Amino acid sequence: MTVLSLRRREIVCQQAVELVTDYLEGALSRGDRRRFERHLRACPNCTAYLAQIRTTIALTGAIETDDLSPEARQDLSALYRRWRAEK
Amino acid sequence: MLARLREGDEAAFVTLVGRYQQPMLRLARSFAPSQAVAEEAVQDTWLGLVRGIERFEGRSSFKTWLFAILVNRARSAGAREPATASMESLHTVDPTRFDAQGQWADPVNGWTDQSEDRLDAATWAPILRSALDDLPPRQRRVVLLRDVEGLSHDEACAVLGITAGNQRVLLHRGRAQLRAILDAKLGRG
Repeated sequence: MTVLSLRRREIVCQQAVELVTDYLEGALSRGDRRRFERHLRACPNCTAYLAQIRTTIALTGAIETDDLSPEARQDLSALYRRWRAEK
Repeated sequence: MLARLREGDEAAFVTLVGRYQQPMLRLARSFAPSQAVAEEAVQDTWLGLVRGIERFEGRSSFKTWLFAILVNRARSAGAREPATASMESLHTVDPTRFDAQGQWADPVNGWTDQSEDRLDAATWAPILRSALDDLPPRQRRVVLLRDVEGLSHDEACAVLGITAGNQRVLLHRGRAQLRAILDAKLGRG
């Protein structure tokens, strides 16, 4: 979707969902941001969609890294000592 | 931490390994043709860190610096990838969810309002981890750096050597894909 196609007319839901990331990144032009926010105010579905994206981001940020096995840790410590010795 | 590393403090190194080994492996895997190659790239990165820590000037964050070394190593170890994205769908939401006017055909489920234990991060972590591993590599890298590791837009662009616009497109597709997986499990259940 080009920015041009959004000019001077209201956006529909199918367009709005494709603007979500640019909106969250602050990458929309002022005009597009206004149109997007106007659409959100009138559209509970797209508002719910945006909330889903925000929750997705929050849950993705909480992915805990898998624990490193003690063996892997020991291997790397041994390597570290060797590297230091070689320096 | 950096001062301790420069002095050759092994405990500081072990702490870093515990914190970054898995995220680095996951990132390396998105470049490397196999797990073994990815592991080698990560090990090379640790070696690069030990040898190069004096040269780290603190102009970028330490994390950005570390990931940039890794991407460098992983890229040279990995197979050449096509310079342009393959033709992917322009839609990040299934087009059948919309009517002919482009409006939602059915109400969007408000699962974000569900109780905290249904949205418990620990419950969804394994599902999101495997969903992340299934993303196309270029999307996976951006989502990893931005949403999992919390790098800024500029940092992620610098680490991956991609443009701001490209990064947003990849982030957009990756996030939408993860949302769709959560939606399928939370919204229809």
